[in-house]
Amino acid sequence: MKPATAGILGVAAAALAMEGVVRAGWVSPLVVAPPSALPEAFRRMWDEGFILHPALITLAQAFAATGAAAAIGIPWGYVLWRRPVLGEAYTPWIGAAFAAPTVLLFPLFLVLFGRGYATTIFVGFIAAAIPIVLKTREAFVAVPKVLLDVGRSFNLGEGGLVRRVAFPAAVPGIFTGLRLGLIYALVNIIGMEFLIDFGGLGRIASEMYFRFEIPGMYVAILLIVLVSWIFLAALTRLETWLRPR
Amino acid sequence: MLVVDNVTKRFATADGGVTALENLSLEVSKGRFVAVIGPSGCGKSTLFNIIGGLVEGYEGRVLIDGQPVDGVHRDVGMVFQEESTFPWLTTLENVAFPLDVAGVPKAERLERARALLRLVGLEGFESRYPAELSGGMRQRTAIARTLAFQPKLLLMDEPFGALDEQTRLLLGDQVLRIHRELQQTTLLITHSITEAVQLADEVVVMTYRPGCLKRLVRVDLPRPRDSAIVSSPEFGRLVAEVWSDLRAEASRGMQDIESHRKEEIS
Repeated sequence: MKPATAGILGVAAAALAMEGVVRAGWVSPLVVAPPSALPEAFRRMWDEGFILHPALITLAQAFAATGAAAAIGIPWGYVLWRRPVLGEAYTPWIGAAFAAPTVLLFPLFLVLFGRGYATTIFVGFIAAAIPIVLKTREAFVAVPKVLLDVGRSFNLGEGGLVRRVAFPAAVPGIFTGLRLGLIYALVNIIGMEFLIDFGGLGRIASEMYFRFEIPGMYVAILLIVLVSWIFLAALTRLETWLRPR
Repeated sequence: MLVVDNVTKRFATADGGVTALENLSLEVSKGRFVAVIGPSGCGKSTLFNIIGGLVEGYEGRVLIDGQPVDGVHRDVGMVFQEESTFPWLTTLENVAFPLDVAGVPKAERLERARALLRLVGLEGFESRYPAELSGGMRQRTAIARTLAFQPKLLLMDEPFGALDEQTRLLLGDQVLRIHRELQQTTLLITHSITEAVQLADEVVVMTYRPGCLKRLVRVDLPRPRDSAIVSSPEFGRLVAEVWSDLRAEASRGMQDIESHRKEEIS
């Protein structure tokens, strides 16, 4: 059996189990929506404009936050590798900041940026930048010295060495950081949308929650998973293009 | 061709410093194959890095065709002990890499890379990635890549060290064939006595730390050779001769390492 088929079958089995548990009355449908109720909820939400536009808004915010985090985080991680003193000095602090629930600072961001996309994207950016910085540094540190020596032995200068040897060698580690960054950005953006009742799928989930439309809330959560899947698949494509093996 | 003249290299350590090489001198004439052998810790890899220009701050001189080596030298091609092929490039792209760096046009560099892959017996594997090759094939790719650079001196640091004895003997045949076809001046760093005697015209035996020249053994086995030569009485005599010089140094090295371990434990 192909892995993709096995994955689909596993999800289908989980949905069937959920359906059975709700129909048997073991769990209230007010708590867990039976999967069979989701298509109808989806149709209703589509008619109300609660699907495509919010999903695109969340996708765009996650893209902007992760893109900005990558644009700053990858060079930052590179500098922490190139300047080992800086790396040793700041990596523990950045690592500690990783554990901080920055989303809880949302009142501060609301004051600074107002109730709008700037706030949600900024929260996503902070959450994404930290793992990208850490994983980029880690990826460069892990480049085998012998590969750099090979480059030097072919008279590659420092710029060529980074561009043609260190960076391609570090690509898998850098993409691990990008994937983590994307996930953290998405979680934090959705959380912010939920908290401030603004934006895309997080706002929709919040609205369904307060309307007691449990199937609608589950649809919103599934859409969040879909957005994440689209983004991760695109990253995998990009990684394969940059480094086939 | 290559002259190593009175080279001494010291490294600073927490204990005050260690002398890796002391007054080491050796010469490799054009087209010759010289092997350097010594016990672990005798400074073989330090010598490799000094000749390759990757280590600086030593006393003495290293000359290639009379020109001092100061940093990485265009005329020295290095094959490393560790896995060193680029995993993101195909075999062909790996071999063409130094030509690409040198700005050789694409069609020419690919043609030259294909010819070198044929030379090392990897025809048909051009589009494979290193992960799809065996350890021996990867090292042959690394050798072909270094040869693409057209170095005057091929410098190899235990290129088959991680491989089993049978594969090493067979790959030795390939190295002999390459040497015969290209008349490539070669300096091989190794810890394998059979490999040194199988391949080289001369074997430089080094002392344990500080590494210096203990003896030069001339290998007068007829060329062309192949791995079948290991069964000849003359081969056995030469191996015994090298081992008789090396044995005392290897014992000294082992005792030194063990006493350091004891100190660390106590």
